[in-house]
Amino acid sequence: MIPGFPEAQPVAGLIGGLMIGLAAAIMLLGLGRIAGVSGLAARATGLATSGAPRAVAVAFIVGLPLGALVVAFLSNDVPARFPAPGFLIVGGLIVGFGTRLGSGCTSGHGVCGVSRLSRRSIVATTLFISSGFVTVALMRLAGAL
Amino acid sequence: MRIILALLSGALFGAGLAFSGMADPMRVRAFLDLFGVWDPTLAFVMGGAMIPMALAWAIQRRIERPLADTAFTLPDTRGIDGKLALGAILFGIGWGIGGLCPGPAIASLSLAPGDVAPFVLAMLGGMAIHRIIIRS
Repeated sequence: MIPGFPEAQPVAGLIGGLMIGLAAAIMLLGLGRIAGVSGLAARATGLATSGAPRAVAVAFIVGLPLGALVVAFLSNDVPARFPAPGFLIVGGLIVGFGTRLGSGCTSGHGVCGVSRLSRRSIVATTLFISSGFVTVALMRLAGAL
Repeated sequence: MRIILALLSGALFGAGLAFSGMADPMRVRAFLDLFGVWDPTLAFVMGGAMIPMALAWAIQRRIERPLADTAFTLPDTRGIDGKLALGAILFGIGWGIGGLCPGPAIASLSLAPGDVAPFVLAMLGGMAIHRIIIRS
């Protein structure tokens, strides 16, 4: 617990982050590719014409919910609070379009690209976190939170 | 071998997302909510993920090819263009509205399929719209 930040879970966050980084390292050193979820999801569903072999993309994407399920079984509880469906639909549409236009999301740019010190990824990550800050601030202002 | 490694990578990635609390859209949104009860957990997740990946990039520069393939296939685009910037800005807007990015959304399909389905379907719709636009 961090004083002043009652909701923070620094230890679980750090351990989960190490797991995510190790997963991305397996993809990089094992298969020679970036573990970018938006690109692999587009590839797995046939919405991208180039990228990882289709079977690799499908295996990674199928693995995501399976791994989450293992944690849920072991810990008995993975809390999740979802916004109203309207927010999910609008947010999902913009996320899908934006990640394809910008060639990546939190995993590809944020984790893989920033750790590679890629200028493109550092710019993209700075922009999407900043626009996230502004969006949520505007939602708070509009009373939509 | 490649399929097994990809499945293992995806599963460990999904486990990390669930363990770190990133499968909770409200926790993610609380990270973006600078004027509310700010929750810095996401920064710890990003920081934690940087450690194995920084090592992995150092190893990558010293080896000829990955373990299970003939060559590395890595992005080689250098320039920063309008597509990158606009795409990233849009992504951040959607991320703030929904509290979800692609990884946690897909990982949540096993934990809360009914709750997350609208987001995942809309996200695939957004990807399809992008594909139609770049083709025309």
